[in-house]
This record gives sequence, structure tokens and C-alpha cells, in this order.
Amino acid sequence: MLGTYFTFPELLIWIPLFTGIICFFLKNQKTVRSVAIISSIATLAVSCCALYFSDAVKYPSYNQVNYIWMKQIGSTLHLGLDKTGHLLTFLTALSFPVIFITTIKNNYKNAAAFYGLMLLSQAGLMGVFSAMDALLFYFCWELALVPVYFLCSKWGGEKRIQTTFKFFVYTFLGSLLMLIGIMYVYMHSPGRAFEDGTTVAHSFSMQAFYTTALSLKDQSWLFWLFFAAFAVKMPIFPLHTWQPDTYDQSPTAVTMVLSGIMVKMGLFGVIRWLLPVLPGASHKFANIAIVLSIVGIIYASCIAMVQDNIKKLIAYSSIAHIGLMSASLFSVNEMSLQGMMIQMFNHGINIIGLWVVVDILERKTGVKQLSQLGGIAAKAPALTWMLVIIALANIALPLTNGFVGEFMMFAGLYQVNIWYAVISGLGIILAAVYTLNMIQKIFYGPVNSITENVTDISFNEKLGLMVIIIFIFVLGVYPQPLIELTKNAVEGLLH
Amino acid sequence: MNNVLHIVWLVPFLPLVGFLITGLLRNHLSKALTGIIASGVIAAAFGVSFYLFTEVLKGNTYVAHYFNFIQTDYLTIGFDLKVDQLSSLFLLIITGIGFLIHVYSTSYMHEESSAHFARYFSYLNLFVFSMLLLVLGSNYIIMFIGWEGVGLCSYLLIGYWFKNIEYTNAAKKAFIMNRIGDLGFLLAVFWFIAKVGSVDYDVVLSAASISKLTATDITGITMLLFIGATGKSAQIPLYTWLPDAMAGPTPVSALIHAATMVTAGIYMIARSNVLFTMAHTTQNVIAIVGIATMVVAATIALKQNDIKKVLAYSTVSQLGYMFVALGTGAYTAAVFHVMTHAFFKALLFLGAGSVIHAMGGEQDMRNMGGLKKYMPFTKITFLVGCIAIAGIPPFSGFFSKDEILASAFEHNKILWVIGVLGAMMTAFYMFRLYAMTFMGNFRGTEHQQQHLHESPAAITIPLIILAFLSIIGGWVGIPEVMVHGGHRLEHFLEPIFRASNAIDLKHIPDHTTEWMLMGVSVAVSIMAILFAISKFSKYNKSDAPETGIGRILQHKWYVDEIYNAVITKPLARLSAFFDAIIERRGIDAIVNGTGKAVNYGSRQLRWLQSGQVGAYVLLMVLGIIILFIIQMFL
Repeated sequence: MLGTYFTFPELLIWIPLFTGIICFFLKNQKTVRSVAIISSIATLAVSCCALYFSDAVKYPSYNQVNYIWMKQIGSTLHLGLDKTGHLLTFLTALSFPVIFITTIKNNYKNAAAFYGLMLLSQAGLMGVFSAMDALLFYFCWELALVPVYFLCSKWGGEKRIQTTFKFFVYTFLGSLLMLIGIMYVYMHSPGRAFEDGTTVAHSFSMQAFYTTALSLKDQSWLFWLFFAAFAVKMPIFPLHTWQPDTYDQSPTAVTMVLSGIMVKMGLFGVIRWLLPVLPGASHKFANIAIVLSIVGIIYASCIAMVQDNIKKLIAYSSIAHIGLMSASLFSVNEMSLQGMMIQMFNHGINIIGLWVVVDILERKTGVKQLSQLGGIAAKAPALTWMLVIIALANIALPLTNGFVGEFMMFAGLYQVNIWYAVISGLGIILAAVYTLNMIQKIFYGPVNSITENVTDISFNEKLGLMVIIIFIFVLGVYPQPLIELTKNAVEGLLH
Repeated sequence: MNNVLHIVWLVPFLPLVGFLITGLLRNHLSKALTGIIASGVIAAAFGVSFYLFTEVLKGNTYVAHYFNFIQTDYLTIGFDLKVDQLSSLFLLIITGIGFLIHVYSTSYMHEESSAHFARYFSYLNLFVFSMLLLVLGSNYIIMFIGWEGVGLCSYLLIGYWFKNIEYTNAAKKAFIMNRIGDLGFLLAVFWFIAKVGSVDYDVVLSAASISKLTATDITGITMLLFIGATGKSAQIPLYTWLPDAMAGPTPVSALIHAATMVTAGIYMIARSNVLFTMAHTTQNVIAIVGIATMVVAATIALKQNDIKKVLAYSTVSQLGYMFVALGTGAYTAAVFHVMTHAFFKALLFLGAGSVIHAMGGEQDMRNMGGLKKYMPFTKITFLVGCIAIAGIPPFSGFFSKDEILASAFEHNKILWVIGVLGAMMTAFYMFRLYAMTFMGNFRGTEHQQQHLHESPAAITIPLIILAFLSIIGGWVGIPEVMVHGGHRLEHFLEPIFRASNAIDLKHIPDHTTEWMLMGVSVAVSIMAILFAISKFSKYNKSDAPETGIGRILQHKWYVDEIYNAVITKPLARLSAFFDAIIERRGIDAIVNGTGKAVNYGSRQLRWLQSGQVGAYVLLMVLGIIILFIIQMFL
């Protein structure tokens, strides 16, 4: 049945899409929640199977599907999982159950719509990571983002409208530029013939895009159109200012999706489209992209050091981490790409862990200002050591999952230019500064009136965090599975 | 696989198990059980280490491969442990002294609640685990795992009493200063990867790999590694964390200063000795930094009144000596001094802990005095430690320090003169400490006086064992001039430093010179001791503030203040500038301006009905979904 009627990428999209739509029509908050959790776990199960059958040579039919869609314009509903796709769909599938379970205590007004939109967004993400057709990619890109606009503007904090607007302006302008870029490449793409004999002059298929011959002059301006969309999403300095506000104002569950998974859309976009479609321009402008990314590392780390708001602190920390990943991506060598692939996954795990803790803290104390917290280590020891582990993984301590990826990325950057490694390396020192500051201000020192009644975490929360901590150590001590999974993807990018 | 040394994994594994048990079950274990488990695993690790050591003595060395940590087509890093002369010696020091510190801690920390008691011991076990990994790794990455691991453990233990913000600041400082050094270490590793494509000692330090490196490469790599060493081993400019690290419980200080952590830099350079021998520039830098650190720390120690601070600066100063040895190519002498220093510094710290314990937490020597009446065991063992560090024969410190000074003399006479000066200061401040603490009359409160007592056996027995080692520990390295074939340690370590010795042929001073050198250093030390005792045995508290140079020394040359003004504050100001001006007034203002303009334009066009983004977006989603569904069935 599998491979004949259903393929993995389809299932990964249909499950959240249909359950998401169903959610809209449910009344009871508990039922909606259960549907969402069950749906996300089902998706995870499918994703695990997909990983098991990820060998494209042995099981070609499981991971590829191609439906006739908009034949007239040469677009097909072509879904496929390559190694990078497997990695990121698995990250998505793993993140959603963790997010739903750890935020189970948060009550939402109109929960049906909330969970419905979350699942729609998941479907969109799955589509982004498996689309093998440029137009489909663009649709999924929007499908992933649009629910987030609603989620932020309806369920966000006090300044949600303003914030959502800024987020919208940034991402929408980016998407629009990308759409123009896609159309231009399409107009120059080779045609294709369908099985029933119809032929079209141009095609949106990935293969067609990869073989489109564009002059360096064309590539040069197209590069910036695509780059804008992807750079906003990552984000790369100076297109990042939507992020701290959005992370701060969105409901935590949405922030987790945004920071854990959606930032990878930008990186993935570069991997899947920008580098292969515009190789000449990518090479030409690589240094600019790397320099911007590295400036972002230092700049965001500095700002993180002076943040009082925990959520913004983590947002800036994430900008710094993504900066390292994008610098490595544009460096395009074996070490840096391999490290980036590993880090895409691990960063997602770790940052979701951080948000889980922040969410718990905010729920228990009602504040997110570091200056108002303190002394919680004495009140909630389990929460303390769990955050300490996640925070240490976030600053890439060896034997946690953060180390291997960062190590390889720095080693790769070093081979491009020593100074890239030296300057971005300063980021690891600054990261230690702001992370330890955060731990100290939340947990150490005497308790105050806000923190004196804090209790330790519940079983649910412990469970969610334990999943994350297990990943941190297993992949920290034995990163080989991630390396094996993404090895071919790296080789593919290099040739 | 067949080599008996394959069981070396047990050595780090045992403390790791101890860490997991005491850490995870901390709410369920009694204090007695925690103490037994935590000390027991270290004792077992010592047993295995001892067995490994006897095997190595027979000439058996081995690299144990367990699994590949990172394996790609272009770089393979194995989880490999190396047992050879150097690592097996360090194993004995770490587990042996580590065990004594664990036993001591069971008594010293008994006032803690059982959950915190277990937390303390789990950190202690983790610390030993990290250090063991550091010395056992057979490549720079496994070393780096331990390297960062000890940094983490020092952070956890220095900030063990986390309710005190001062202490957690000290913990933070230790971690961050170490990280600065770590960046140097990492960059050196990247350099290896780029040029040699490996991080294994056996590969990168082989003649074949070194021939691929240019002189610039070697100088660059060794300088970066040395930067790493300055962080861990508390050398200028990254030494200021170590004195602050006194915030942790006293046995932790003993662990950091004697058995673990600060010796890591020395170990790493000794391990990479071939490269350093080939890099003369780096060697000179190391010697200069070492001697400068030695002098600066020794001068500061002269004026400190906190008993632990004096010891802390003495550690920094003694580490300076070790770096002088490394810089002059006397690798054996450096390792020898690591060993003897481990004995007497552990002894001194644990002795100080015993004093502090008896004084009810008091650390200011101005409030002590006359303790010899109350604490006979502590007093006599402490005296042994002081003599050993002052370099009086036949105590252990004499032999190792003398070897370093002889090497300095051969290298550069000025280096030797400063070295002897340092030895004199060392003798002075140690006996100042001894006199102020144990001699004269008691100057504390009456309440403290009633409370004075000798510490229990769990404290005094480790002191006695360490005192014994501080006396005889140097006898494995008696110079040729005294006993023919005396320097057993040198013969033992010869395989490690063979390649360096082949490059850098040493001039051995003739016998007359060597006797003369020893005579001078012993004479100045004895003079300094007598001077210190005469000056401080009748010490009386005076409230007169220090003036002139004394004031500068008491304030530690104002180095912390300078760092604060030159680095910390400007960085904070820069960050605030980024945040307030560039971020909010710059980038954000432009974006918001664009946003408003778009919004305004949109209103005019009535595209977005009444400016509702939502309605537009909703239409879009619906459109997409409908398109999907329709096209699917067409």
C-alpha cells in the first residue's frame, strides 16, 4: 500500500492539514487539544517510519510523489524527501508534540482556532521541506506563514498588533520579492513534456529550475530577490528586527514554532533553491552574506548581554546562532555544511527547550524580566538543572548536541578565512556571558517576593524537557546518526 | 583489544557513574551513603590507575579505541584513550589526591543538607571525570571535552553556595575567562585540521605531519595553544579568576589547585612538546609570561590577609614556575613540579580548610594566631607544606623547583635571578601565613576561642598522608649530582620527550655550578623564612591602612579594576549603544517608517479594507487551500 497509495511526504502534509481543518469545527477545548496532540504524534510516527525508509535507492517510491496539478503552466504537485528534507521534516514532526505537551497548561481563548492554525502551519512547513516544485514551494511557504500572522495578532501580548504588522511587512515583502524571482526564473526555464503528450514551454519543477541557464548578470539581481526572502526568515543582520518583538509578543507555543522550525525555512531555502539555481551569483556574493552573518553574530550577542527581557535575550541569542549557520552555509565547504546540517536540527531542539523553561517561569511568576527574578534554584531544583543543561547545550559545551555542529562550522569557516573563524569565535565567549548572566539572575541569589512561592515543575513539563535533554546528550555523545543522514546532502551541495 | 590496558575506560567511567548516582538520587541518599559512593568510585578509579601505572612501568603503552565520535570522509575523530607514561602519571595524581579530597569533604561538608551534600559530591565526581578525560584523550578533541568539562565543574563548584551573588559572580568569571582561553585552543585545533587533517596526537605530532607545517604554522599553533593554557592554568593575562575561585568550599580549592584544572595547561603543552620545542618565539613568550606571572602573583601574596587568598596567589605563582620550565624546554621539570606541587598545595589548602573549620568560617589571618596549641596535627602538617613549598631540602618542593631554576640559569641568567627572587618571596609569604596563623597569641573573638578544636580523623588523616607525600614526593627526581641515577622520573618520562630532546640538546651545568645554584636558593629561602617568623610571630592587629606600594599590592596591582575599565565597561557601553541607538532608532525606525508608508499607501488604494491585514491574509489562505483541493481532483 505504501508507495502505491500513500507516500511519506504526502502523509506528513495531509495529517496536519486535515486534522487542522477538523479542529476549527470542534467546540470543546479538551477535545481540540487531544486531537491536536494525537495528530502531531501520528505525524511523528510517520516521520520516524520515513526516516527508517529514508534510503532513496532502496525505497524510491516511498519518498517521492508527483501529481498532475497545474499542467497548463508546467507546475506539478511534486513532493519528495531528500536528506535535508528528512532532517527538517523530522525536526518539525518531533517539535510539535513537544510543543503541545509542554504548553498544555496554557489556556487559549477560542482554542479550536488556535490549534487549527497551528496544525495548518505544520502542514505548510512540511510542504516547504518537501516541495520539489517552485510554485508549490511558494504556496507552502505562505501556508506556513499566514497562520502565524493570525496566531500572533489574536493570541499575542499587549503590543501584538504592532508587532504582527512589523512581522508581516518584513516577511511579506520578502515573499513578494521571492515570487518575482521565481517568476523570472520560470520564464527562462526549459519546458517539459507530460506523459499524456502535452508539452509546456516552461516549468516550475525543481529539475527545470536547476538546469535553467541564467547569465551572471541576471543571477546577480535575482540573487538579492531570493536572498531577501530567506534572509528575513533566518534572519540575517540587518533584516532581523522583527524577530525579538515577535518572539516576545507571540504566545510561547508560536514562538517555539517560529524559532525552532521556521527560521530553518530560510536556511533550507538557500540550500534547496538559492545555491543550486543561482550558483554563479551565490559564489560571487558569498563573502557579503558571510560578513553580514558574522556581523550579526557579534551584534546580536552584544545586545543579548544587555537584555532584561528573557524572551528578547533568547531571541537575540538565536539570531547569533543562526548567523553562524548562515555564514557556514554560504562558506560552502564540507566541514561548514556538515556542521550546519547537524546544527539545524540541534538548534531547533535546544531553543524549544529554552522556550519551554521560559514559559514555565512566566506561568509561575508572571514576569519575564530578569531583574525581577532570582533565587529560584532553591525553590525549583529540577527546573534549575534542566535549564542549566539546555543552556549549556545552547552555548555548545562538548558532549551536548550543540558542540559538534558548532565545532565543524567553525572549522569550516576557518578554512575559508581565518578571520571569519576568529571573529565569529568571539561569539562563543559572548554567548557564555549572556547565558550565565541569565542563569544567575533567574536562579541564583536570594529569593524575592515574586519568586518565593515558586514550586517545582510538574510531571508533564518534566517529561517534555526530558525528551529534549535525552536528545541533547545522545546526539552530543554520538552525533554519527545525524552525520550519516546528512552526508549525502552535503556532497550534493558541493557538486 | 587484547591489550590489558583496554580497561582504561573504567578510569573515567567510574567517577561518571558516581556522578550519575549521587546526582540523580540526591533526594534519596543519606549523607553517609553519598560519601561512600562518591569516595568509593574515586578509590576504585585510583586502583585501576595504579594497575595501569604498573603496566606502563613495564613498558606497555596503548591507545584504546572505543567508537568514532565524529566520522566523515575528511575528518575522523575517535573516542580514543591513550595510556602512556605522561597520562598514567597524571592519572595517579588526579585520582589519588582526588580521593583524599573526597574523604576530607565528607567531614568538611557535613553541615550541608543531604540533597546539597549529594549535589556537592556529584559535582566533585564530575570534576574528576572531566579531568581524567582531559589527560586520557588521545586527540585534541577528547582533551577539549575534558578541558571544557573542568571549566564547567569549576563554575558549578565555585558557585556551589548559589544564594550568594558574589560567589556566583566568581563562578561566572571563572567560566568566562576559561572560555577566552578555550577559543585559542579551538583555533589551534582548526589550524591542525586545515593543515594536517587530523587531531590525533600520534598523527599531528609525528615527524611526517610536522614536515607539512611551515615555521609560521608552528608558531601560530603553539601560540594559540598557549593562549588556551593561560586560561586554564591562570597565567597573565587570564589569571584573575583563580584567586576569586576561593568562593567555593575549601576542598574544591584544593581540587582545582592541586589535582585538576590548573595543571591542564601544563599537561597540554607537555603533551605537545615537540611543537613547542620547534617554536622558539613561543617558548620565549611562555618563559617571559611565566616569570612575570610568578613575580606578580608572589608580590600580591605578600600583602594578602585572607588565608585562602595567599594560597591562591601562591598557586598562580607556582604555575608561573612551571611555565618557565616549559618555556625553557625543561618539560620533565614542569611535570615534576606539577606532581610535588599537587602534594603540598593540596596539603596546604586542606590544612587551611581545617583551620577555617575550627575558626567557624573565619578566613582573615589577622583574627587568628596561636592555633598550634589547639590543632597539633593541622599545625605540624601545615608546617611540612610550608617547608616543602619554600624549597628546603629534602622536602619535595626543593627538587622540582631547583630543577626549574637550573634550567632557567642555563637559558638566561636574568630569568634565574628573578626566579630566585620569587623563591625568596614564596618562603616569606608562606611563613608569614604560618606565623600569623599558628604562632603568637589568639586574636579572634572569645566565642571563636571556645570553639577551637582539632579536626576529626576524616580531615587529619588525609593531611598526614599528604604531608608524608610532601616530604618524600621529590625523591623520585633527585638530581644526578647528588645520587647517581637518581632522577627516576626523567627516565620514566623519557619516551614522551624523546623527540624534543633530540632537537634541543640540553647543556647540563657542571657540578660546581649546580651545587652553587642550589646553595643560593636554599640560603635565600632560609633567610626569608627567618625574617618572616621574626616579623610575624608576635603579630598584632593594627588598623593603620597600608600605604605606598603595600596598598597597591593589597589591591592586587588593581588588575581587576583595570580589566573592568578597559574591557568590561566599554563592552557594556557598546552593547547598550547597539541596543538603544542602532537597533531601535536606526534599523527599527526605518522599518517602521516603511511599514507606515506601505500602510498609508494601502489605505489610499483601499486594497486592505480598513487596513485589516487579517482579512486579506485570510483570503489568501483560503485561496491557496481551494486551489490545492480543486487542482487535486482536476
